Amino acid sequence: MVQFNSTSLDASFAALSDATRRGVLAQLGRADASITSLADQFHMTLTGMKKHVQVLEKAGLVTTEKVGRVRTCRLGEGGLAAEAEYIDAQRRLFEARFAALDAIIDELKQEEENGSASD
Amino acid sequence: MDQQAISPGSANPTNVERKSERELAVTRLFDAPPHLVFKAWSDAALFQRWWAPKSFGVNLVSCEMDVRTGGKYRLEFAVGDQSMAFYGKYIDVVPDQRIVWTNEEEQDGAVTTVTFEDQGGKTLVTYHESYSSKEALDEAMTGSAAGLPEQFEQLAALLATADA
Repeated sequence: MVQFNSTSLDASFAALSDATRRGVLAQLGRADASITSLADQFHMTLTGMKKHVQVLEKAGLVTTEKVGRVRTCRLGEGGLAAEAEYIDAQRRLFEARFAALDAIIDELKQEEENGSASD
Repeated sequence: MDQQAISPGSANPTNVERKSERELAVTRLFDAPPHLVFKAWSDAALFQRWWAPKSFGVNLVSCEMDVRTGGKYRLEFAVGDQSMAFYGKYIDVVPDQRIVWTNEEEQDGAVTTVTFEDQGGKTLVTYHESYSSKEALDEAMTGSAAGLPEQFEQLAALLATADA
């Protein structure tokens, strides 16, 4: 069973609430990247991108390493797992509910059609 | 009557998103006009048939719903030999358009808003939970915060570990 840690979930969700940061995570999912190249890709200043990366880093979603003058970012380990697990559990619950709801709505549609046909 | 015969290929996708630090939203398109979808959400006998999925091992054993502004509801679930009740009241109901209810079984319970939006004969359903604070949402999500009844933890655990 997955144990959720409230504090880290909190930081993670805050980090994920921003479209740019989600984009950065998607990008880092494809390949590691320097802050400079991320800033270029997302059309923002180096300072702006540094701030986003710091938020992601605090949430444990990204790790960075400075080699020489270049700071390279990569996806953190496990950071996404808890959020993904929670959202996924919700999605599975609602998918199951809605599948049953689909069946009931089909019945209602059928009843309505039959009803109007016999009027 | 078998409600489990679902063709997964034909199902519309269900989207779940944390909209803000204190809001969660679930959206899904249904292949029927809003009045039918609304009926399935507002008629207790119909609601009881789909709200607690059989595959999750939770039974909705009783379901009282007075779906109008100011009306109340009470749902009783059973998990194994444990039971738990969820209750609150409807604070805004517009037939075929919107149902808003409170969740009063816990402190700082969410306010849930479901909207039914006509999209050319289909219905876009948005199920939206708004908590009083981000802490309240975090507590609801973890289900393990101090002070929550044991049943909630069990339900949360059950939902979190249900098979795909």
